[in-house]
Amino acid sequence: MSETINLTLKIWRQKNSASAGQFVSYEMPGVSTHMSFLEMMDVLNEKLISKGEEPVAFDHDCREGICGMCSMFISGRAHGKLKGTTTCQLHMRHFADGEIITVEPWRAAPFPVIKDLVVDRTPLDKIIQAGGYVSVNTGSAQDANCLPVPKKDADEAMDAAACIGCGACVAACKNASAMLFLSAKVSQLALLPQGQPERKERILNMLSAHDEAGFGNCTNTGACEAECPKEISISHIARLNREFLGANV
Amino acid sequence: MVGWFRITSYICVLKNLIPMNQLVKIINSSVGRKLIMALTGLFLCTFLLEHLYGNILLYNNDGGEAFDEYSHSMVHNLLIRIVEVLLFAAIIVHAFQGIVLTRKNAAARPVNYAIKKDSETSSWFSRNMMLTGAFVLFFIVVHLYSFFVPYRISGLDEGQAVSQLVKESFENGWYSLFYFVSVLLLASHLNHGFQSAFQTMGINNKKYSPLIKIGGTAFAVLIFLGFASFPVVFYFGWMG
Repeated sequence: MSETINLTLKIWRQKNSASAGQFVSYEMPGVSTHMSFLEMMDVLNEKLISKGEEPVAFDHDCREGICGMCSMFISGRAHGKLKGTTTCQLHMRHFADGEIITVEPWRAAPFPVIKDLVVDRTPLDKIIQAGGYVSVNTGSAQDANCLPVPKKDADEAMDAAACIGCGACVAACKNASAMLFLSAKVSQLALLPQGQPERKERILNMLSAHDEAGFGNCTNTGACEAECPKEISISHIARLNREFLGANV
Repeated sequence: MVGWFRITSYICVLKNLIPMNQLVKIINSSVGRKLIMALTGLFLCTFLLEHLYGNILLYNNDGGEAFDEYSHSMVHNLLIRIVEVLLFAAIIVHAFQGIVLTRKNAAARPVNYAIKKDSETSSWFSRNMMLTGAFVLFFIVVHLYSFFVPYRISGLDEGQAVSQLVKESFENGWYSLFYFVSVLLLASHLNHGFQSAFQTMGINNKKYSPLIKIGGTAFAVLIFLGFASFPVVFYFGWMG
């Protein structure tokens, strides 16, 4: 494999939430295949800055796949075509020489574009604020053995807790539904003893926050679990549905 | 005045017995709407099985006698008449809820992607339930018009048996083709809908989910092969 490739980037540029956006093409010759996608974007931005142009705005933070900030829709797939990875962990060796890459922001009514590829993901925080926590004041931490948790439950809660809240599930879902995110947050607490006292209000309040934000409904197509960088299963959405039934019956 | 007071107090008692606010909240929530889709959908699936059983009587080599008797007994069974009302209600609720959900889902993504590779992450039929559903609803209306209306409302011609009406309808090639395509789309609707209903009701685990998925596909294939056989058999005149 050659060490460098030539690419054409078609990037969504939008000045602010009020203005209309459009795609702008950029030629990127000699991109190192060892770069991550975000590093390639950094190189593009350095070029733009040196030419006196506005750099492309995009979200990023840890660049090691655990913060959930990067959020690009790359050539038709959330975080690109590689399974179980965030954009920062997607490397240029997965692209072909001469490829045209389209980069778009997450598209959803609750996620308005702030600038270029940056969208406002605070509705996800609003869902958490509605009940995605344990508010019981437990004093100082107990001895771990006082709260027995079956290994299976602990593992499943951990799988759900792996959600980094990036919003790829919303971006990939044909209905822009945040059910996978919501279910991961509900699941992780429903499986553990600490989550029990507020279990019923939690699901009802968090679901209300989800619906009020304007996210769509789940139609069980499974696109979210296919795109989730943490590979969270839609079996958590089934648990969410059970929690909803349990809280209402 | 006293009578009015009594009525209002009855209403108050009723309101306390049935927590209306909570019920409305459940029905209006996204998961609640999906539950309505799942329950009405599965109820309609049971009807399909019953309908298929009835139709298979057409294959009895008795000039349609068993089928006619069966049709007659269905109309004169009180329980069936009650379930029939529920059936129409389920079709209307399922279709109405489907339209509401589709509209809400479209509103959640006002700006589409320039490029979206859906086929890599989900199947075409799972994404187009509204399309297949709308076609099936259209088919149901035509189907009712061609069999239910003459048999139950306007009345058959004198001496004409309902089995005769079925056979004559399928002699029309276009009608048979329309029926065949409708059943094919119905089966594709069921292939996603059946297993999806279980997921919505919260039934998903490693042991049973693969079985439910296979069961859903098997059910869809059974419905397709069963119902699609009638236009084929009667159009080509393989049954006397």
